[in-house]
Formats: sequence, C-alpha cells, structure tokens
Amino acid sequence: MDLLTVKNLTVTLATGRGDAAAVRDLSFTVGHGEFLGIAGESGSGKTMTALSLLGLLPHKGRATGSINFDGREILTSSKREYRDLRGKEIAMIFQDPMTSLHPMLTVEVQLTEHLRHHRKVSKDAARQSALELLSTVKIPAPEAALRAHPSQFSGGMRQRIAIAMALACEPKLLIADEPTTALDVTVQAGILKLLHQLRKERNLSVMVITHDLGVLSSLTDRIMIMYAGSEVETASTSDLLQRPRHPYTSGLIAALPGHNDVAKSSSSKRLLSIEGMPPELGNFPPGCAFHTRCNYAIEACKSALPERIQLSESHRIYCPVDPFSGKAGIEVAQ
Amino acid sequence: MRTKPISEEKSQRKRFLSGNGFVPFILRRLLTSILLVFGVTFISFSITQLVPGDPVAANLGQSAYSNPEIVAAFKKQFGLDRPVPVQYVKYVAKLMHGDLGVSLSSKRPVLEDLKEYFPATLEIALVAVFLALVVGLLLGIISAVTRDRLPDQIIRVFSLTGVSMPAFWTALTAFYLFFFVLGWAPGTGRLAPGADPPPTVTGLYTVDSLIAGDFSTFRQAVSYLLLPAIVLAIYAIGVLTRFTRASMLEILGNDYVRAARAKGLSEFTVIRRHVLRPALLSIITVAGVAFSSLLAGSVLVENVFSWPGLGQYAYRAAVGLDLPGIMGVSMVVATVYITMNLIVDILYRVIDPQMRDVS
Amino acid sequence: MKITLKKIKSSKNSNSIWRQPLAVVGVGIIVIWTLLAIFAPWIAPYNPNAQDAAKFLAPSAAHWMGTDELNRDILSRVIFGARISLPYSLLLVALSATLGSIVGAISGYAGGKVDSFLMRVTDVFFAFPGIVLAMAVAAALGPQIRNAVIAITIVAWPVYARLVRGLILNAKQNDYVTASALLGSSSLRTLIVDLRPNLSGPVFVLAALEVGNALLLLSGLSFLGLGAQPPASEWGSMVSLGAENFDRWWVGLFPGLAILTAVLAFNFIGDALRDAMDPRTAKALRD
Repeated sequence: MDLLTVKNLTVTLATGRGDAAAVRDLSFTVGHGEFLGIAGESGSGKTMTALSLLGLLPHKGRATGSINFDGREILTSSKREYRDLRGKEIAMIFQDPMTSLHPMLTVEVQLTEHLRHHRKVSKDAARQSALELLSTVKIPAPEAALRAHPSQFSGGMRQRIAIAMALACEPKLLIADEPTTALDVTVQAGILKLLHQLRKERNLSVMVITHDLGVLSSLTDRIMIMYAGSEVETASTSDLLQRPRHPYTSGLIAALPGHNDVAKSSSSKRLLSIEGMPPELGNFPPGCAFHTRCNYAIEACKSALPERIQLSESHRIYCPVDPFSGKAGIEVAQ
Repeated sequence: MRTKPISEEKSQRKRFLSGNGFVPFILRRLLTSILLVFGVTFISFSITQLVPGDPVAANLGQSAYSNPEIVAAFKKQFGLDRPVPVQYVKYVAKLMHGDLGVSLSSKRPVLEDLKEYFPATLEIALVAVFLALVVGLLLGIISAVTRDRLPDQIIRVFSLTGVSMPAFWTALTAFYLFFFVLGWAPGTGRLAPGADPPPTVTGLYTVDSLIAGDFSTFRQAVSYLLLPAIVLAIYAIGVLTRFTRASMLEILGNDYVRAARAKGLSEFTVIRRHVLRPALLSIITVAGVAFSSLLAGSVLVENVFSWPGLGQYAYRAAVGLDLPGIMGVSMVVATVYITMNLIVDILYRVIDPQMRDVS
Repeated sequence: MKITLKKIKSSKNSNSIWRQPLAVVGVGIIVIWTLLAIFAPWIAPYNPNAQDAAKFLAPSAAHWMGTDELNRDILSRVIFGARISLPYSLLLVALSATLGSIVGAISGYAGGKVDSFLMRVTDVFFAFPGIVLAMAVAAALGPQIRNAVIAITIVAWPVYARLVRGLILNAKQNDYVTASALLGSSSLRTLIVDLRPNLSGPVFVLAALEVGNALLLLSGLSFLGLGAQPPASEWGSMVSLGAENFDRWWVGLFPGLAILTAVLAFNFIGDALRDAMDPRTAKALRD
C-alpha cells in the first residue's frame, strides 16, 4: 500500500465567470520513502493539487475524487481532522522563504508552535528539538538563531529554516512547492543537497512541485508532468528524461539548458522550445489541452480527451501520437 | 481619515541628528513636531489674515463699533493696530514663553480657556476612542474572517452607514430618543444644573470625582458623558471597522498565513498570532489619527449636547473671528495629532522587529 | 504580454462595479436625488418657502414630513434641498481635487526643495483640525454657502496632493516616462500627455470617496450657521431648526435622513470604484 494514493482528483475554482477546473481527474501515488516530482508550467494545477492534499484550497475552491493517505480517506475529512493532519503528518514548504516565514515572530516561535500544538510537549522540550532541527538543516549558531527574526537571515538560510519548520513534527509526507525557485542558483544547490541528505537520513516521502525539470533530475524517483490541470506523462526520472514520449515533455526537456546531452539521439531537435502560452484557468481548450501548441496534433486531439497509454509498468502517457515515429497510433516500447 | 506618516524625511535630517538609535530617532521626531506646530500657527494666522473679516466688528456691539475711540482702544488692547507681520512675530515670541495671547471673545488668556475646555472634550474623546477601538476591532475581525459571507456583508453596510451619518443629526436623534422619549439620558451639559463639579485635578470630572472619593458625582458624570461619547464614537467605529477588515484581509492573503495554516494550528491561533499582530501595526496608526479627528469632530456633537468643550470654544472663537482663540484650538488639536503620530511611530518600533533589526 | 493584458481585462470585468449590489443601490439613490433636484418644482407638493400651513404640524397625509416653525412644508424643503447639497458638494470636491492635484503634480514633478517644501505644507494641513479652520474661514468670509465651499476646499485639498505626488513619483521610475524623456519631449508635455491617464483614474476614485465627506462637512457648517443661510432649504441648516425644537422630532429627522442617504450612496459608489481598481492603487487610496 502506497503512502498516498490520489484517485480522480478534480479541483474546481469559482471565478467571476463560473466554475473553472484547475485540476482535472488526476490520479497518482507516492510510495513510502519515495520522492515524486510534479512538473508543469504555472497554471498547470500542480500547486492546487498540493493544497488540496492539505485541505487548504482557497475558499472559492472545491475538490472531488479520493485522496487516501496512510490508509485513510482524507478528502472527506472535517476541518478538525485536517488540522490534525497538517504540519503533523503532511508538511509543506512554500516557494518563497522571504514571504512564507512570519516577519514578526521569532524563529523559535515558528519552529515550535506546531510542535507544541500537535505533540503537547513542554516549552523546553520543544526548544530542544528546535535546536536539533536547526543543526540538521545546518544553520550556524542555532542558539542565537532561535531568538532571531527571519529578516536577519538570507534567502537560503530562511528556506533551511522553513524546511526545519516542516520537519518539526516528523511528518510522513513533505510537500515542497518550488523549494528553490526563489533562490540564487548557488544557494539552490545547497538546498537540493540538504533535501538529498534528509532523504538518506530519514524515512521521508517527498512530493516536489516545480516548473524546473532540472531541479528534479537528481532528486526524484519518478516524475509526473502536468499540463492544464491534467497529467500528460509519468515515468521514472531516468526514463522520462531520456525517453520522453509526450510532445509536451520533450518540449520541456528541450527547453532545459544543456539538454543536448540528454536528448540528442532523437529527432526532437525541432522541439527547441514550446510555442505559445499555457492556457488560462477556465479557458482550457477542449480535447487534449496541449493540442493548440502541439506540432504533432491530429484531428482527434482537438475534441477527444486522450486515453491513458501504459508504455511500461512505470511509464504512462496521455497522447495518441508518437512524436518519434511521427505516426499516429500506439507504438509500444522502443 | 487617512494615515499620514510625517516621518518621510528621515534621510534628510540624518546630517545633523545622525544615528539610528532610539534616542536620536525620538529627538528627530520631536524637532519635526515642533516645526509642525509652528507651521500650524503660521498657516492659521495667514489664512485668517488673508480672508476679509473684521474681528473688531465681530466682538463689539453695534453702538460700540460706531464709536471710534472704543474701536481704537479695542485694537490697541489686542495688538490689532500693529502691522500683520509684527502681530505674528509678537505672537510667536509670546508663544515661546507659553503665552497663547488673550481671547478676543472671552477676554481671558487663551491658555486659561483651553485648560477649562480641553478636559471636557478629552473626556468624551477618550471614552469614544476606547469604544471605537473595542467595537471597531471586533467587528473588523469578524468581518474579515467571514469575508463575503452574511456577517461580513451586514457589518460592511453598518460600518459604511456609521461613516455616512451626519454627527450633528445623530446627536440630535439620539438625544431626542434617549432623553425625550425613553428618559435614559440625563440631559445636556457635564453635570446636572447646579451640581458642583469635583475639585479640579485633571479636569476630567470622572477622574476628579474618583480622586475626591465622591461616587455620586462620578456616577452622574458618567451618565452625562455616555451619550455624547457614543455619538462621537460612531464615526470612529465605522472607520476602524473598515480599516481593520482591510488590513486583516491584506495580511490573510500573505504566504506566511498559508504557511501557518499548513502547520495545522487552530484558526484562532492563526488569526491571533499570525494575522492580528501585523494588522495591529496599521490599525494603531489609524486609531491615533482617529483620536485627533474625534477632537475636531466634537465641534458638531458638543453643539447639540451643550457640552462645554473645545468644540464649543472653537465655534465661538471662529464666529467671533477670535484669532488667538482659533490658533489656540488649532494648536491643541495639532499637538494631539502630532503626539499621536509620535506614539504610533514609537509603538511601531516596539512591535515590529523588522524595523528594529534593520535600523 | 498577451496573457497579462487579458488578465487585467478579465479581472476588471469580474470586479466591475455593476456586480456589486451596494454600488447599484448607491447609483440608484443618487439618480433619484438628481431627478428630485432637477424636477423639484414639479415634484414638491408645496412651495418650499411658502408659510401657508400651520406651525409644527406632525407628519400627515397633507404634509408627509410635517411642517416647521415657519409653517413650511418639510417634504418640499427636503426635495429642494437636493438642489443645494448635491451640486455644492460636487463642486467642492472638484475644486479641492483640482487644487490638490496641481500642488501634488508640481511637488512630484519638480522634486528637490520645491517638493519638500510643498510636502511640509501638506503635513501641516494634515495636522490641522480641518473643521476649525473651515469654521474660521467661513466666519471671516461671511456665512454663505459659497464661502463654506471655499473654506472647505482650503482644508480638503491635501489628500489629493499626496496621492498625485505619490503616483507621479511611481510613474517617474517607470520606463515609459524615461522613454519619452529620451525622445526629447518637453517636461510639461511629458507630465500632461504621458501621466494624465495614469493619474485621472485614482484621483477620480479618491474624489468619489470624498464626495460623502464633503457633503457631511458642508451640511455641518450650515448646521452651525456658517453655510447656507435662511430661508434657503439646505439640509444641514434644516437639521439645526430641529435642534432648536428637538421635541418636534420630524423637523430635524427628515433632512438628516436626506443627508444620510445621499452620503451613504456616494460612499457605496466610492467603495465599489476603489475595489474595482487594481489592488496597489486601491491600497494607495486607503492609506
């Protein structure tokens, strides 16, 4: 049994022009100790997916389907049950540490408040584990750091503090929403290294959400690619990066700097970048949402939702076209 | 009512009062405040001089005004025979020694007048601002937390109504209802006619009667005070409710609030610890400004309740073209405004660690 | 680029003031008052200054709002009152917005010493008890509604000066001003042509928010006897007749309700307009 099993998750947001689906019929799993990457452009629904796991959708949002976490159905949880889950069993790291830490509360308060709330530990015990957490995430002088406010730290240090905050109650699942996007490139490497290390030291399942496939390449076991609220391709990291099958995936990989050593074998050189813009929420094209930007789209793509095609046990795509043969139809396994 | 920080020029003043510590900061602010008070005297002096209007005619009766000797004596007595710039310099020179001049309408030193009238207004204004803070904060928080749902919509209409009611009419309607119809309010003035005010210590009858241990006067002072204070508070309640709601909503949209919720804290804790604290920063500013605007707003309310306060005095001074009186009132209100701003700035430094750390 | 443009458009649509019920109510009330003001002679049942009825008649079928001390029909006076309060408060707002915008534009554009001097002056005006100064000016000029408008304008302009100065300082850092400066257009031209569209929106919204306050101040001065003079049927001075005879509740109640509904309507509209602006401008307006 996987730690997290999401089935047919659909998230709708009420907008000025009626309901719009931000996430459409999404199914995926995260195993115990597994690192899953979810990648897609902004507006692909990846953040809404994460927020629905925590029951933190904006108040105009609604989720349907099924989310099974650690053997329990949680999508139907009450507010209270969700609160007991959040921070304790599922924790989240947000994109921008400059805004996700409270500017007016000390690091100690922010590191210990949920620990004391969930585990009912004493102030001193909470402080002790806060100190340990700070050394785990390699904050120098943890004693002094506890008394400080976030404004006294650099962006990278703040993200380390945010990670420490997320780890405080030893959650089973950690959701990291663009954990490195807001940081300098040099600092990014440090944060990725830290996540690697945590992976080795703790039995932690992690869901990393990003628009940057480069971040995921060294970190995750599997990657799911999303477009306009739907899954388009899922595969093991190496499979996905070396043998992408969906035109959108190839496009993302082609857009990576230095992608040539990854995907030079194929005829994907034409896919240097993806033309156009991702569709706006509430304005997703019919059929395969990607067809408006796809060089391989056939007539069927414009009207019918693409079927799931299982290429191998771990590799599946939602696309009837094989860009590498240029032919429509299913050409399983290369 | 707007928040207007008067401390934009920090960088400019650095040259002669440099340093970012607490004391130089206070000194800098005090210096600007004093300049500001002088600015207030200068502008009220200039404007009332620029517009036509004859204070002599306004303060002397018809027959006295037609007698040139009396007019000349009046002018000499109040220094009105000198050129305007000289009048102003004289005024400022006296001001340095704490002399605010002599009122044309009451013929008494303005300082004496202010000592008598200001506490009366201060008393209702303090009660009003306290009411406004309690009710306004509470309603604003409820409104923000229940955003777009029924309680929010009701509170929004109510608070907007509060800032739309003409204070003089509210005063009149409330007086009719609670005095004439229901008989709950005791009447106009600060105490029952003929009742002796408590021995003056602060000038606030409630405080003074408690000091004197005179509880029946205290109860009476409170009963006379309540209705004007509530009427005065209505506008401020509207302003504070609206402002609290707006700043709460702004804070609620922040990432750090979502992060706090992601920790599984109770909604109460999230609001109290993560939202209210930063929201209070801006609310304090508005409360400070609201207080000084209450002093000015009391003009209309005092008129209806015959409340012998600053507003009534200001009205008489204005109608009598009593320049020393007008300038005295202006200076009191401006000083309160500036002091409030100063206190707010200091509170900012105390509450917001970022300002402390950065500076 | 295409995307961002679209977004702005769509968010404007969804926040359009017509979607806000309170704004619609506000517009409705103002329309009614405007019609009453325009067609007052045909709508009002009596001549507002005719002293034909009896003294202090309570509201009845013949006199819906009763009569006042001078035997005049209050309903007719309230209807005619719209002819004074509405146009004068709009005039007052237009004057102070113009004056304040000019000061703010000079301040923001000139910068340097001119700017700091003008801003110190606005600081002083902010510290001022507006109504005290307005009372003094109105008293000095002589009690007349026109003078009350002048008096309030003198104390009401600084909010606009602050707003316009801030907007200009923001715009100065923007690329398009730099670009047109590079193209060699004169400074005045830059100011007028390039910035006006960016300024007029926020200034208009602030003005809309201030109409209600203007009406309150104006009728307040009239209430104190420093604005419209008898026999003019001005709402504020009608309330003061009620204050003199507070046991005749109808004398003050109805003119006050007229003020309340008009101010409330303007505030409904102003609020909705502010909410329809983009959040940053809205915040600048709130502060």
